[in-house]
Amino acid sequence: MSTPPPTQTDADAAEATQEKKARERKPQRRAGELNARELGRWAWRQVTSMRTALVLLLLLALAAIPGSVIPQSGVDALGVTRWKEEHPKLTPIYEKLDLFSVYDSPWFSAIYLLLVVSLVGCIVPRLFVYFRAMRAQPPAAPKNLTRLPEHTTYRTDASVEDVLANARAVLGRRHRLRRTEGDGVDSVAAERGYLREAGNLLFHLSILVVLAGFAIGGLFGYQGGVIITQGTSFTNNLTQYDDFNPGGLFRTDQLDDFCFTVDDYQDTWLTEGPRAGMAIEFSADLTYEEVCGSGEEKNYDLRVNHPLGIGSTDVFLIGHGYSPIITITDGNGDVAWTGPQPFLPEDSSFLSFGVVKAPAAKPGQVGLEGVFYPSFDMVDGNPVTVFGDDLNPTLSMLAYTGDLGLDDGVSQSVYVLDKDNADLVEKDGKPFRVDLQPGDTVELPDGLGTVKFEGVEPWVRVQISQTPGKEVALIGVVLALIGLCASLFIRPRRVWVRARPAAADGASGTTPGDTDPEDGVTMGGTVVEVAVLDRSGNADAGEVLDDLVKKLQKGAG
Amino acid sequence: MSNAAWETLSNQAIGAAGIVYFIALVVHLAEWAAVRQPKEKATASNATATSAGTVGGDTLVVEETAVDEDRNGERVAFLGRLGVLLTAIACAVHFVALVGRGMAADPNRVPWGNMYEFTISGTFVVTLLYLVLYKKFHLGWMAPLVLVFNVSVLMIAVIWLHEPVAPLAESLNSYWLVIHVVSAVIATGAFTLGGIASLMYLVRMRAEKKAAGAPLTGWMGRVPSLVALDRIAYRVHAFAFPVWTFAVLITGPIWAHEAWSRYWNWDPKEVWAFITWVVYAGYLHARATAGWKGRNAAILALIGMATLWFNFIGINYFSTSSQHAYAGERQVQVVHVKAPGVDVPRAGLAAGAPG
Ligand code: HEM
Repeated sequence: MSTPPPTQTDADAAEATQEKKARERKPQRRAGELNARELGRWAWRQVTSMRTALVLLLLLALAAIPGSVIPQSGVDALGVTRWKEEHPKLTPIYEKLDLFSVYDSPWFSAIYLLLVVSLVGCIVPRLFVYFRAMRAQPPAAPKNLTRLPEHTTYRTDASVEDVLANARAVLGRRHRLRRTEGDGVDSVAAERGYLREAGNLLFHLSILVVLAGFAIGGLFGYQGGVIITQGTSFTNNLTQYDDFNPGGLFRTDQLDDFCFTVDDYQDTWLTEGPRAGMAIEFSADLTYEEVCGSGEEKNYDLRVNHPLGIGSTDVFLIGHGYSPIITITDGNGDVAWTGPQPFLPEDSSFLSFGVVKAPAAKPGQVGLEGVFYPSFDMVDGNPVTVFGDDLNPTLSMLAYTGDLGLDDGVSQSVYVLDKDNADLVEKDGKPFRVDLQPGDTVELPDGLGTVKFEGVEPWVRVQISQTPGKEVALIGVVLALIGLCASLFIRPRRVWVRARPAAADGASGTTPGDTDPEDGVTMGGTVVEVAVLDRSGNADAGEVLDDLVKKLQKGAG
Repeated sequence: MSNAAWETLSNQAIGAAGIVYFIALVVHLAEWAAVRQPKEKATASNATATSAGTVGGDTLVVEETAVDEDRNGERVAFLGRLGVLLTAIACAVHFVALVGRGMAADPNRVPWGNMYEFTISGTFVVTLLYLVLYKKFHLGWMAPLVLVFNVSVLMIAVIWLHEPVAPLAESLNSYWLVIHVVSAVIATGAFTLGGIASLMYLVRMRAEKKAAGAPLTGWMGRVPSLVALDRIAYRVHAFAFPVWTFAVLITGPIWAHEAWSRYWNWDPKEVWAFITWVVYAGYLHARATAGWKGRNAAILALIGMATLWFNFIGINYFSTSSQHAYAGERQVQVVHVKAPGVDVPRAGLAAGAPG
């Protein structure tokens, strides 16, 4: 009977026996002579060894660090651009090393794929070992229980049969007992905690499930963002998105067929306290149809932390800002452009930047570029916005005319003015400023027309995404957690109780019938040996033994 | 009570708790000094060494102690009890400070809106766990370490991290926040306690090497054996790890999904939470791997603790792109997305999240 020492785990034991078997199988040959099969087997053993898993885990942790220090294009695209501008020398090196997208880089993937291989190679054999162990009987008591590190011996007046029967009763409640064949068995062998290994296997398998869920989301999902001004609508097709980030296997026909209108947007600005100037309680009232054109309108109050689910798509409120409503009337008196145009906040003061383009204006195209102050004020001679709420909305823009680059068919961002072939509009040799408050109209020089600031509407930025596999990932982590708890808190152990008539003990040279000076039990009687083997290496087996002996003694006296 | 009164109460309670922790520390140091007294013969054998095998009667250890040693022993025991009592009182006052923080906010909320609040919650959990486990794991030896940790971290919190009570940023306003942060704080406290045990493991290991077989004296003599230290460290880590898993890999992603539409975004805070998780998984593996048991495992546990606290405090100063910016630092998160052809700045609502 070979029992591992108590601090050694099953994993080590398994590894050790594996190695032993491999050694036994190896024919007599000089060291260094490995054929391809053996090399393969050797490599496989290395990859699936506990030590490799450990090193790979630490490597994974190490490899994750750069991505938290260097801006990542998937998280912070502008940060990447800025970083590249500041470090022109390092940029090419960093790009070669994929340091701007660490988590999709080949070297990062290599580490976790190796870990997955190692994991599979580790789990599969252990599954078989486990199934065999499940069906096996607890091993019989070793010949000499007193050799085990946690053991004790005591005497009792009860008969051997009573002691063993009692031990079976006491242990039977929470242990699996070894079946005894016939007479002459002087011991009880018991084992418990089989679920620990099951938990461990479940945990490691669940990691694969989580990875699968994660991969499904990355490949088949998408995220898109769009800014929608209050009072306007969105229909879910690709052309309507401001930005769209699909997974590798995304197909357009995955898009759900919904549409919605932002009826009303509300927020509350804090005017006092340490967070004065911060907005809270964002809320956008939507009217939506799950199938656009079906006429079945529903309402939803879209708020932060309360996404709207439509089919397999989720809609999130993630931003807000202002759309000044501007009308450009051209030199001919025709309206060349009118409507709300979203301006993009530069920082938390909600000072916002935007452009307006009127390519159809006659006699010349008109483009405006400038900033919007929600609460305009002059502080020390500088124009600033003193608050994020639109208490004193003010526009300050410059006008351009000429070719705005809209006619050559290249798609253009609505947030950027192409000034390559356009001229700044000037008056008296100075740039002409278009400074407006709601209701104001200003006449552009050179008969270009007029610009009117009609008012302000809020806009909301919504993120729209499909994340297939998120349930898979969630189920995976929950199972992993369950397995982990079983693996960490179940303490597997083996227990043996052996009882013999004291005479057979032979150790004490006293006469039967006398009273033992140490424990007060009549000489003779029965000598009971109890041993506990903790198989997790983490339990205090001494305590367990004490407890057990107390229980045994209570039962059989 | 008005909000301002609650806030004042909270501030005063933190101060008071800090002072009582400090007094408790002094008492425990006096206890140490008493143990060190030369007359006392080192009872180097520690609790666990004698516990095994006593039932059999064959290994009963009979300790003979002289009378004056007895008296000294009494004094040590008294100082020890007093220290624990003071720690318990400080812990209660500490709790009042947390409640005060929550009551001072309008609307009332859990006190985890910023780093100051997270720090005082974390130290509270460290103390509470220490007190809860005191009996079970015989943690008397740990008292000075826990108290030094508490006093210094509370000092840092009060001097550098203190912020007036403020309402939560919108994205923090979720019951997932409560679950996520409660579990993260509990795990942080437990990991810290486990880290202290692992640290002691390394210290005692060195001391044993130096003593070269001679019994350890003084305070070191009262520190449990290496086997027992390793077991305590493991058990505390084994408790903390699933809690951390729950916080970081379950509730965190669920909440991130609701607030930011992506359950995992490789945001720096997430990355470091993941690194911490992987390092502790490494620790658990190390304990089961021959050649890594003991010393290396303890070192890994300390690395894990370093990543944990770095993530909590350090990363905020290192990285600017974290969405987990603490409320108040950035009220508006300016998200930059790639529109066709150009980079355009867009504004987002959600200022950050602790955790
Ligand atoms: C994806 C990477 C992995 C993670 C996150 C991970 C995590 C863990 C954790 C947290 C434990 C502790 C639970 C316990 O003590 O039972 C554990 C245990 C264990 N893992 Fe892994 N593991 C990974 C990969 C592997 C691989 C590749 C192997 C195979 C070589 C492996 C083999 C084991 C074994 C044998 C145990 C049990 C240790 C013991 O008996 O205490 N793991 N793992």
